[in-house]
Amino acid sequence: MKHLSRSLFGGAVALMSSVALAEPAKYIFQPPVTSVARDIFDLHTSMMWIITFIFVAVFGVMFYSIWKHRKSVGAKPAQFHESTTVEIAWTVIPVIILVAMAFPATRVVLEYKDTSNPDLTVKATGYQWKWGYDYIKGEGEGISMLSTLTTPRDQIEGDAPKGENYLREVDNMLTVPVGKKVRILTTANDVIHSFWVPEFGVKQDAIPGFVRDTWFRAEKEGIYRGQCVELCGKDHGFMPIVVNVLSAEKYTAWVASQKAAAAGVADEAAREWTKAELMARGEKAYGAVCAACHQPTGQGLANAFPTLVGSKVVAGPAIDQIKLVLAGRKGVFMPTSQMPAQAMLPDADIAAVITYTRNSWGNRSDESIVQPSAVKAAR
Amino acid sequence: MSQTTAAAVGHAHDHAHDHGDHGHGHHPTGFMRWLTTTNHKDIGSMYLWFSFTMFLMGGVLALGIRAELFKPGLQLWHPEFFNQLTTMHGVIMVFGAIMPAFVGFANWLVPMQIGAPDMAFARMNNWSFWLLPPAALLLVISFFVPGGAAAGGWTLYAPLTSQMGPGMDLAIFALHILGASSIMGSINIVVTILNMRAPGMTLMKMPMFVWTWLITAYLLIAVMPVLAGAITMTLTDRHFGTSFFNAAGGGDPVMYQHVFWFFGHPEVYIMILPAFGIVSHVIPAFARKPLFGYSSMVYATSSIAILSFIVWAHHMFVVGMPAAGVLFFMYATVLIAVPTGVKVFNWLATMWRGSMTFETPMLFAVGFLFVFSMGGFTGLVCAIAPIDLQIQDTYYVVAHFHYVLVAGSLFALFSGAYFWLPKWTGHMYSESLGKLHFWLSLIFFNITFFPMHFLGLAGMPRRIPDYATQFADFNMIASIGAFGFGLSQLVFLVAVLKCVRGGEKATAQVWEGAEGLEWTLPSPAPYHSFEVPPQVK
Repeated sequence: MKHLSRSLFGGAVALMSSVALAEPAKYIFQPPVTSVARDIFDLHTSMMWIITFIFVAVFGVMFYSIWKHRKSVGAKPAQFHESTTVEIAWTVIPVIILVAMAFPATRVVLEYKDTSNPDLTVKATGYQWKWGYDYIKGEGEGISMLSTLTTPRDQIEGDAPKGENYLREVDNMLTVPVGKKVRILTTANDVIHSFWVPEFGVKQDAIPGFVRDTWFRAEKEGIYRGQCVELCGKDHGFMPIVVNVLSAEKYTAWVASQKAAAAGVADEAAREWTKAELMARGEKAYGAVCAACHQPTGQGLANAFPTLVGSKVVAGPAIDQIKLVLAGRKGVFMPTSQMPAQAMLPDADIAAVITYTRNSWGNRSDESIVQPSAVKAAR
Repeated sequence: MSQTTAAAVGHAHDHAHDHGDHGHGHHPTGFMRWLTTTNHKDIGSMYLWFSFTMFLMGGVLALGIRAELFKPGLQLWHPEFFNQLTTMHGVIMVFGAIMPAFVGFANWLVPMQIGAPDMAFARMNNWSFWLLPPAALLLVISFFVPGGAAAGGWTLYAPLTSQMGPGMDLAIFALHILGASSIMGSINIVVTILNMRAPGMTLMKMPMFVWTWLITAYLLIAVMPVLAGAITMTLTDRHFGTSFFNAAGGGDPVMYQHVFWFFGHPEVYIMILPAFGIVSHVIPAFARKPLFGYSSMVYATSSIAILSFIVWAHHMFVVGMPAAGVLFFMYATVLIAVPTGVKVFNWLATMWRGSMTFETPMLFAVGFLFVFSMGGFTGLVCAIAPIDLQIQDTYYVVAHFHYVLVAGSLFALFSGAYFWLPKWTGHMYSESLGKLHFWLSLIFFNITFFPMHFLGLAGMPRRIPDYATQFADFNMIASIGAFGFGLSQLVFLVAVLKCVRGGEKATAQVWEGAEGLEWTLPSPAPYHSFEVPPQVK
């Protein structure tokens, strides 16, 4: 039965996906690339067969009855109205069917809960509204990055045609080796987020103040796209999770390039930046981090997000603005809301963004240039 | 004990009634009549009109959601307003439309079905209704305060709720008031049912609608205070520096979810058990055959109610529970399918070898049976924890609970409305309008919600204002269906208004196969239902 159903249903799915070529699946789960995802796929397939069978049987009876037992075809009502035997039968038989349904799932639960002996451990931190990845243990230990949506605003607002990976593309992908057990620790910085990659059969809430874990072992190289699935505020729909699965050699090379880049970040905080450099970097960081609330125009939104144009903070002493960006701030309009703390950004980004706001939209300030070293000192 | 109480209440009523007779000339008219009424029928009508108004409001919000999702990209709303739409759509439909509608039915029908003159606590009845409009007003006002309405989802998960503006406080106050109203309404229903039944009507002779409401009322009394506790803790976390759900202060955000769903899962059955009751009257009437397995229906309803208290964490399979917790809640959840299945089988057995006709109430009841069962089946799929891992927080879940809430609760409400309208108004409704309403609703409902199963399976999360382009086709279909479904509800409004204003006179019996005390009263039913208690054999 299981083999038959798998080949029938799997055949149908294969047909659909072959028609669609590389397009993502549309009617069913994305093609699984881990053992857990495959088990879930099979569980779902067998559930669908059982349900379809019961559905046809029960509603076959109903429609037969509707057809035959109508007053208009001369049906006379019978008067029977109870039978203990029948009641017991349709209580006991469903219990057996249901336990039979749930039993195979038990093994899968135990399987996906077993996070022991990972080859690589990565902490995924949910921020409003991006993901941070810290490589805790295993090859690549010490790598740390933020992963932000790269889809341009004009695509979202309909001023440009939507790209191939619309809303599911990021600047820094979570990169892992193929065939290795990767344990993901989830946590969050502000509110609850949820880490989901459909192809891996991995979904785990990221809860502020707590660490939870899940795992996957990707069997195929490639890029897999998921997104946050727990409502986390305004830009919940705009924080994708993109995982790049590499071969062992490519992964080792990637780790080396990340280490080199990390060394560069340390250097950039130490050196003196020109205004042009800061403005260019600041515009990019502003677009990725700040524009969602303060808007690309810097004017914010009435009753929700304060304007930066002519803002006292932006015109005032630089140190106050540095501290505000690092620590976040209780909302101006909403006493209980707040601007999230941005301390996870590199010193250079914070310095550049502050410089950018102080020299844009007609803003003027005595301290118009902020160096990364000043941010480092303020931490 | 219950004998003497019944006698005492009966006596008290006679007394009050004497006064009523003397006071006939002093009945206020116009608005004051409705403001001061203590009559179960007046209050029932106000509940029903209130809930229909809220249904239209919640519907407009839903159309706002579907309009934005018609195609990918941000067209109409900012994401923060989109979140307000999803949140308030849920809050208004659950607490403003579905729950008060069932209380309206209870007000109209419980006294008539048990042979009582009115509800036990007539003044409290008035008060429980008049709490609703201020609560609704708070919800409406919340759209216009700085920061807008609550935008954390109808489940109001912490700690996102701590980031909201005063709109969240207004929503919390509204829920407190609605909760107080529900508790009072439930106490009234329990006391009425236990004390004011006609002589000879033992518990196991009560009509199914009365049974289901008795059980629902106990559920409400048990869980509404739990919700009140959860949102009060949210309120003090927001304003008074407590840290119930704030990890930085030693609290636990997941604790909120446990408390909320301990309310939330019984709440699901609060919204469906009275629907089961309605359908259990309609199907026998139009099959012209008694309800099959009455006592097993009662036991099944009770089992569902009891089980509903031990399955809450199936809403939380992905928060990271230990394997033992996941397995317990998975097995407990699939067990709920057993009593639910018993009910469906009993209804089918009632139809079997009956002599059926398909007037509008029966159409909605059969439609309920068919489409609600599909929601039941997808519920089973969601109950299997590993599968839920893939579909939790996706459109699959949205499809599932709209199949049970719209095609379940709402279709049963429509079925009941057409079934008892002639008794309430004294006129027959227009059968052609009723049938038009049914077929439009059924077809557009499926166009709206069936594609959402595919969206969820393929990976579209819920509560997002914009989506990846591979989801575009089904979203467009769903949006078209939603507008069709919304507009179809205006047919219902026209049908009801026409029926209230006039139409063919209804007989006392109304339906050939209908059974129960309410059909012994003339149509429209007299102001005080049973002035002399009928004898039930």
